[in-house]
Amino acid sequence: MTYIAKPTLHHPTLTRNQVGYTRRDYEGKVSTLCAGCGHDSISAAIVQACWELDIEPHRVAKLSGIGCSSKTPDYFLGASHGFNTVHGRMPSVLTGAYLANRELLYLGVSGDGDSASIGLGQFAHAMRRGVRMVYIVENNGVYGLTKGQFSATADRGSKSKKGAVNNDSPVDLIALALQLGATYVGRGFSGDKEQLVPLIKGAITHGGAAFLDVISPCVTFNNHPGSTRSYDYVREHNEAVSRIDFMDPAPSVTASPAPGELLHLPQPDGSVMRLRKLHADYDPTDRVRAAAQVQALQAQGEVVTGLLYVEPQAHDLHHAMNTMAGALNRLGESELCPGTAVLERINQGLR
Amino acid sequence: MKRIEAVNDFVIKFSNVNGSGSASANELFAKAILRMGVPVSPRNIFPSNIQGLPTWYEVRVSERGWLGRRGGVDMMVAMNPQTWTQDVRELETGGYLFYDSTRPMPPTAFRDDVNVIPMPVTAICNATYEDPRQRTLFKNIMVLGALSVLMDVDPAVIERLLGEQYKGKERLLESNIRALQSGRSFAKDHLRPPAVPAMGLKVRATDRVGQRIFVDGNTAAALGCVYGGASVCAWYPITPSSSVAEMFEKFCRQYRVDPQTGENRFAIVQAEDEIASIGMITGAGWNGARAFTATSGPGVSLMTEFIGLAYFAEIPLTIINVQRGGPSTGMPTRTQQADLLSTAYASHGDTKHVMLLPQDPAECFEMSAAALDLADRLQTPIFVMTDLDIGMNQRLCEPFAWSDDRSYDRGKVMTAAELEAGKDFGRYKDVDGDGIPWRTLPGTHPSKGAYFTRGTTRDPYARYSEAGPDYIYNVQRLLRKFATAADLVPQPVLHPAQKKSRLGVLYFGSTAPSMDEALDSLANEGIHLDAMRLRAYPFPASVREFIDSHDHVFVVEQNRDAQMRTLLINELEIDPSALISVLHYDGTPITARFVEQAITKHVHALAVAPRRERA
Repeated sequence: MTYIAKPTLHHPTLTRNQVGYTRRDYEGKVSTLCAGCGHDSISAAIVQACWELDIEPHRVAKLSGIGCSSKTPDYFLGASHGFNTVHGRMPSVLTGAYLANRELLYLGVSGDGDSASIGLGQFAHAMRRGVRMVYIVENNGVYGLTKGQFSATADRGSKSKKGAVNNDSPVDLIALALQLGATYVGRGFSGDKEQLVPLIKGAITHGGAAFLDVISPCVTFNNHPGSTRSYDYVREHNEAVSRIDFMDPAPSVTASPAPGELLHLPQPDGSVMRLRKLHADYDPTDRVRAAAQVQALQAQGEVVTGLLYVEPQAHDLHHAMNTMAGALNRLGESELCPGTAVLERINQGLR
Repeated sequence: MKRIEAVNDFVIKFSNVNGSGSASANELFAKAILRMGVPVSPRNIFPSNIQGLPTWYEVRVSERGWLGRRGGVDMMVAMNPQTWTQDVRELETGGYLFYDSTRPMPPTAFRDDVNVIPMPVTAICNATYEDPRQRTLFKNIMVLGALSVLMDVDPAVIERLLGEQYKGKERLLESNIRALQSGRSFAKDHLRPPAVPAMGLKVRATDRVGQRIFVDGNTAAALGCVYGGASVCAWYPITPSSSVAEMFEKFCRQYRVDPQTGENRFAIVQAEDEIASIGMITGAGWNGARAFTATSGPGVSLMTEFIGLAYFAEIPLTIINVQRGGPSTGMPTRTQQADLLSTAYASHGDTKHVMLLPQDPAECFEMSAAALDLADRLQTPIFVMTDLDIGMNQRLCEPFAWSDDRSYDRGKVMTAAELEAGKDFGRYKDVDGDGIPWRTLPGTHPSKGAYFTRGTTRDPYARYSEAGPDYIYNVQRLLRKFATAADLVPQPVLHPAQKKSRLGVLYFGSTAPSMDEALDSLANEGIHLDAMRLRAYPFPASVREFIDSHDHVFVVEQNRDAQMRTLLINELEIDPSALISVLHYDGTPITARFVEQAITKHVHALAVAPRRERA
């Protein structure tokens, strides 16, 4: 809990983006997480990505479940509405919010306990439905807020701070997201902002279910030797397969993949993502191969990062449901109520 | 032998095997009588099964308009050997047993005080049809033909109904009419005295139906949600509520598709479970769309964590609870009013929830639409507590009513203009004294009105706070809001006794039609009761006044634990000895006779009954 108020005065020389906001306008309250927590770096990356993409803060709805990670939406985008929901149930609330108003950007923040344990079902079904959202799991392999229990993403054989060894197989959210139909799947590391900010920007401009698994070390309970979610371990084993070089706002570049290591991927908003392949044979547009390649690299002990899979022209839930273009929550009586003449016909048919 | 003789006033029960196509023929029988201007009230009593288990269709025919179950059976159409003994036992003395006599039954299978009408239905069908499917399907229509002769049901009406049913399917229509006619000729030739006892139950055309409609409560609730402006529905299939969402979708496809673009003005998701379905409508309600889900007791159990969050975070939600037999996972195809307490106090922490109690499909329509308004006004979950008896049976009721001038009550939503004008926004602040705070919708204003929604740890301005005084301010305000709700919910309906009485009776929901009849019969026996039909919780002040102004008040309900009585005692601090329970909970709908007998017994025991003055 914080009692420290953030100053609201901004320095006049701060750079403004195209919609007139400084980076400070995307910040939230002072974080109450532990000093050095990876989650704060992710919040900072979200702030950076939204500022760079000229997103108006109030056009974002940020939702979370319960846990350390789920507290973070209070620490960024203070001018956005936020909803700290039920443990493991953020996906359903986000889905409903998205049904009500498809015009906002939906940012779901969750943790490994929230999404891989109690909320595994909702995680899976939100991916299946193709809810247009940015779904970030701040993955530290441990329950922080309840003080250090293993989470379902902890690797088998990894050690807790007290020395206990985890015997259970980890839930691999990346593999699940790929299998369940997410159309934008990436993994980042809270310690690599250069990689993370473009990953978030790509997710924001994506037109379907975008999932990011962000390894985010817990400095208090899971940053020791024997942990596979420590800063040291992740830095040593980080194997990036791709890197988003640039989000090009010019819609002039065509959709076809360029030869060599650079892919040009058009986004639904008209921009083009330039994706640099770091592994020559890695194809981030082939779901089946991507899944196999990630598995193979992980089997070698690597922490595979980068944009792992993308379906550039993805469709979403509203598209599948043929929902009207505007927001349902703005409809009034004349659009919603069939009226008395119709009701009289219905009555007549029931006699 | 005694023969019951009655015109337009009897109970006939069809005993069938489910999946045999009996349902549509039985419905034709009921509808034909209805079209002759005679009120009928049919009830399906069916198993949780698709094919092969016993199912019954009980039709109350009542020119006086009693639409509840009466109790007892005057005629049994026994088409299911599995339940023969039970079916025969259920008949009133002097009643009629119509059965398929293709296979002879031993004399011991009959009762000597009921009139037997045998018809070799299977044999006739086998002789008429080659196709085994037709042999089964037309059996039911043939029986209908025979019954129409026996009971004077107008065959022209049945043919008209068949014509409506098979519009554009002329071949089907023709073969159905042939089956009907062959049943009729058999009856004319063979089912007359002296071969069989004369049938004493007759239908005679009259004009007692009027403008009323014949519809099931789930369809009505779904239509109420359409008219009430629900645009988001998330649900998970569960008997007996599934058809609410299915009918909502059907109506939406008819009335909510933009004629220009062909796009939908609605979003319906079949969720992965009830937790997700209520999560979705929580998100939609938070985001300003009218949203609802339909479920039953086990679903509400799964939803309880969210219900608590929605109560504290003050999210408008509408939940239609089509109650079924409980507890645990319950008797899915049986009816009860047994979710009152689990719904009223659903979730952890100090919570209580608004419940509306419709008596019939007309009120399912009305209250579903009202619930959407109340949810927005009160910013809280609103439960429409129907049950299987109302939800899944067609019932004669007042036509659906609406006014084109009616506008939705969207409650206290602060607009961008108001925020811009500098109106103070405290998400959880009671500025109007009614306990209801103002809210803003996401995306409203670039710099004002955003807040972070969470459970209880906040101050009136939605800032994080674990401070005791902030918590107390908040939960006390929620109590004020609940008091406000008591004035806004549908008010109880009072039926005063013809004579001044010190006895009262409270009842609600699907008990109402049986209660109407029971009150009439009791009055004829000299037992006069002031009756109040509850229509919502929280209880308005008039409920307390009603109880206080009587020595004893019966509380009639369809559950084991007298849940409504408990709720009354708990909420109004009533002396428990003032409330006498009348409880029916075997899973079948309560009957008028049951209520009469139970109340009569109590009244005699109390010895306070004002006796009828005999001439």
